[in-house]
Amino acid sequence: MKLMSKYLDVEKIKEDFPIFQRKIGNNQLIYLDSASTSHKPISVLDSISNFYKLHNSNVHRGIYTLSEEATTLYEESRLKVANFIGANDNEIIFTHGTTESINMVAKSLFSSYLKKGDEIITTNLEHHSNFVPWQYLSKKYGLKLIIWEISKEGNLDLGKLENLITDKTKLIAVTHISNVLGTINPIDKIAKIAHKNNSLILIDGAQSVPHTQINVKELNIDILAFSGHKMLATTGIGVLYVKKDILDKIDPSSFGGGMISQVTQEDSMWAPIPWKFEAGTPNIEGAISISAAIDYLNKVGLNNIHNHEMQLSKYASDLLVKIPGLQLYGPNIKSGIISFNLGKIHPHDISTVLDTQGIAVRGGHHCCMPLMKSLCINGTTRASFYLYNTFEDIEYLSKFLLKVKEVFK
Amino acid sequence: MDCNIYVENILDHYHNPRNFGKPEKFDIYRNEFNPLCGDKISVFIKLNKNIIEDIKFTGNGCAISQAAASILTEHIKGKDIEEIKQYGEHQIMELLGIKISHLRLKCALLSIKTIQNALNQ
Repeated sequence: MKLMSKYLDVEKIKEDFPIFQRKIGNNQLIYLDSASTSHKPISVLDSISNFYKLHNSNVHRGIYTLSEEATTLYEESRLKVANFIGANDNEIIFTHGTTESINMVAKSLFSSYLKKGDEIITTNLEHHSNFVPWQYLSKKYGLKLIIWEISKEGNLDLGKLENLITDKTKLIAVTHISNVLGTINPIDKIAKIAHKNNSLILIDGAQSVPHTQINVKELNIDILAFSGHKMLATTGIGVLYVKKDILDKIDPSSFGGGMISQVTQEDSMWAPIPWKFEAGTPNIEGAISISAAIDYLNKVGLNNIHNHEMQLSKYASDLLVKIPGLQLYGPNIKSGIISFNLGKIHPHDISTVLDTQGIAVRGGHHCCMPLMKSLCINGTTRASFYLYNTFEDIEYLSKFLLKVKEVFK
Repeated sequence: MDCNIYVENILDHYHNPRNFGKPEKFDIYRNEFNPLCGDKISVFIKLNKNIIEDIKFTGNGCAISQAAASILTEHIKGKDIEEIKQYGEHQIMELLGIKISHLRLKCALLSIKTIQNALNQ
């Protein structure tokens, strides 16, 4: 019997995504790599095409109709992103992606907020983008980077954090959802511990904002970074949210056009927030594509998407664990991200065999080398889900993992 | 099913690698790493003047990287090092006898890269 989602009409959703009309060899595409990047609905693709056909021009520069229209579209996107996460629009900075968002705010914090001897806490669950910037800058500026290590099950223990935090801890940088284990971290509780200690909290939202409702005011998040391309928008657009009172205090880390109010030979003054953090011509069509993506996500409903993925995740865990020799990683309750190894078969060999059946999964270290080391493995195979995935996709994966075993027996 | 790169010969070398293990005596040693896959290869070469008298390897990683090391070490034994230094993608593909996608090429070429770096060091 074909299992149907209680929350989404997936077949109807799939019709909105042109990529599912193509074949991989002779097979339907079974796309299980949305944690890496998502596919795009036609409304997002049309928004980009319409921008170039009808409104193409630079923003905040020209005094003519096209530029006014482009500026309005760009700023409306900012407002839409702000509403999407419960922020104010002057707290939203458009960047190129999560990585740039974190790098940008890290450089600003190091140049105008943090000082030698301060401590930063991050975890061994992080993607390199929320790990390497802190490691590099801490070494360079003489700060101490402290690693909050996960439990055997892949969870972060709040008691451990209480032991690591000191009066020198100025920042806790942690992912909301692990891109490998699917661990969902208790952000509200971490924020409370951070704020009781006068520390800032930075959240890597790359794997959470596209999949679950987030309100930065309710969760009391100081800094949030996420990417457009993982939430149905295009590559090269990302978001950095920073609380207004922090934004007012820190310097920009990128300088040039668009971010100044006045420049003389001797000195420069910055534009108001958020523009002082957006040097150079921004990714205008990217911002517009995020706006269209948010419209699409809101129409489907983020709660429905979240519930659908939690169902898929549970179904996948229950099904895959039955395969002899298959080891699942991560906690029992996880988001729509499943990591596993199958005997000693290398994840890239698994990926290559599955690809011959049209199944796209990710294999490797997933930009999480410290996490791989803590799990004593070189890599995993990862299947990740989104609103266009079905129970059948998972049954397909399970069926062909058995074939993979046959090939490498 | 069509898994055309995992042909019998490749799987045989992967499951039963030839020349695998660290020898007691060798003249040159080198190890290389493929950061994308985490594939690792170490080679141990014994020379007789310009001739590769013996070669062994150790390592771990995907089937392609490990099978390629097995096939290549078998092939180059007794050959002149100057000849081996000239090997490129073409020779390795011919030896493996499979068609490899661009993304997996690094796996296939890891062992020749390790051997050439050993000979050039």
